[in-house]
Amino acid sequence: MDWSALALSLELAAWTTAILVPVGVVIGRTLARRQFVAKGIVEALIALPLVLPPTVLGFYLLVAFSGASPLGQIYEMLVGQPLVFSFQGLLLASLIFNLPFAVQPVQRAFESLPGDIREAAWCCGMSSWRTFRSIEFPLVWTGVLSAMVLTFAHTLGEFGVVLMVGGNIPGETQTIAISIYDRVQALQDQQAALMSAILLAFSFATISFIYIMNNRTRRRREY
Amino acid sequence: MNTDNTAGLHVHLKQAAPISLDAEFHCATGELIVLVGPSGSGKSTILRCIAGLTMAKTGVVRFNETAWLDTDLGIHLAPQKRSVGMVFQHYALFPHLSALDNITVVLNEASRNNREQRARELLSFVNLQGLESRRPSELSGGQQQRVALARSLARDPEVLLLDEPFSAVDQITRRKLQLELARLRQQLKMPIVLVTHDLDEACILADRMCVLHHGRSLQAGAPADVMSRPDSDSVARLVGLTNVFAGEVIKQQSEPQITLLRWANYTLECRHRPEIRPGETVSWIIPPQQVILHRRDRPSRGERENPVEGVIRDFVVLGGDVSITMFVEDNPDLPLSLTLSSHVAYRNHLGMGEHITVSLLAHGIHLMPQR
Repeated sequence: MDWSALALSLELAAWTTAILVPVGVVIGRTLARRQFVAKGIVEALIALPLVLPPTVLGFYLLVAFSGASPLGQIYEMLVGQPLVFSFQGLLLASLIFNLPFAVQPVQRAFESLPGDIREAAWCCGMSSWRTFRSIEFPLVWTGVLSAMVLTFAHTLGEFGVVLMVGGNIPGETQTIAISIYDRVQALQDQQAALMSAILLAFSFATISFIYIMNNRTRRRREY
Repeated sequence: MNTDNTAGLHVHLKQAAPISLDAEFHCATGELIVLVGPSGSGKSTILRCIAGLTMAKTGVVRFNETAWLDTDLGIHLAPQKRSVGMVFQHYALFPHLSALDNITVVLNEASRNNREQRARELLSFVNLQGLESRRPSELSGGQQQRVALARSLARDPEVLLLDEPFSAVDQITRRKLQLELARLRQQLKMPIVLVTHDLDEACILADRMCVLHHGRSLQAGAPADVMSRPDSDSVARLVGLTNVFAGEVIKQQSEPQITLLRWANYTLECRHRPEIRPGETVSWIIPPQQVILHRRDRPSRGERENPVEGVIRDFVVLGGDVSITMFVEDNPDLPLSLTLSSHVAYRNHLGMGEHITVSLLAHGIHLMPQR
């Protein structure tokens, strides 16, 4: 069992979730509430990681993070080390390819809110922040929870993008998914099976949790 | 933009798009004005402009001396800064909170105890004691409406706005809630603006009603005045009046004081309107109740008053009354409605195709100069 790969995966998933979910709430709420000309394009860009082969996305991120790109150069100048094949580079890539998992559940939750609830709160004198905190958030929290769980679980399981951008450096960029691949290549089937079983159990538990929560919320709203 | 400085709520809104608006009205403190008009007439948009939820291109919304909106001066206060309470059409209650918490959550009092006490007072004001812990989904439509009303009063608003507040409940509950509002408003010393498409509701509740069409305020006045003396044929049709015709004033007579009107092949004596010049084309109405049937068995002196002949082309029994439409001189372009008690209709052997003569009572004819 490769504990360091599991620890790295959990760390990457935790950071990704912590950074991305607040961003997802802001973007999801904006997309649910506002109409603007390029809204379809923005939604398509956010959803792109869902349909793009991970290697394609990984390739573009590798190019964008490399020392030859402006982003890679600026990062190297500021931090003193390259962005590619580093944990920070992996995190940045993880934030990008997890965007749809953080945004879409939140957006759907905000879209399901009747529009006049916010307006009613304003007409009662509640500020926008108080309206969000006391009225909107309690009604969309299962969407936010879904976003958290999906982002976390998807980061744990991501393979293609991680391999392209992070490489396979033990302790630095080798996640559990890549470690499983390594074990299979090295014919260490028993270890690969154990790590796969852990990922399977975790993924099943998280997805079940989301469905159970969503069903409970739906029942509560219906009765 | 000119504004009326008298106390109360003054509204003057104007825009061409996205929804055409050209509305102006005033609502004094303690007065209930009903904005009435068909769907799409801009009623709810006007209410939203007063609340600050929608901004009109140009306009003024002023309460007493305070401008909530003045596009000339660049003033547009947020809804939170306007002292309004608003009841939404579908109530917009917070579904995750109990009836009590729907109110406590909007209150600003520092302590939870004070907030709860005030919320209980408001719920008891709308007769909802005992249901404090129920969520909106556990309340009937009428009870939800009362929670919405209580919540709208929580911030002690200076203006109350009601957007079709009775449209989502059944007829019996609606009548009950209307009576309750009529009772409660005696204690609410503030301008109240109510939006409805229901004319009966407008007539029951309004001190004044403002008739809207395509965003334009066509006429404002006491319901009885608007219903009996509309300013134009448009208003007459919007408030559901039948017997709307066009004619030409041919003479102003001083003794007795009457105005003579040419209509079809008749010269009608009308209520005196000296300001209308002879030769002017006017619209005119007569309520069905002012059209009197000539009895076949016993002619009377009153039959000399504007006698008109025609053929019955529609005959509908409605409870104890009969609604009759006759085509004057059997001309389908001149349908004249009248209402009779059913026993009068049967005694006179009235029915489809029967030839009848009626009198149009002069004092019931209302002339409307065409603009």
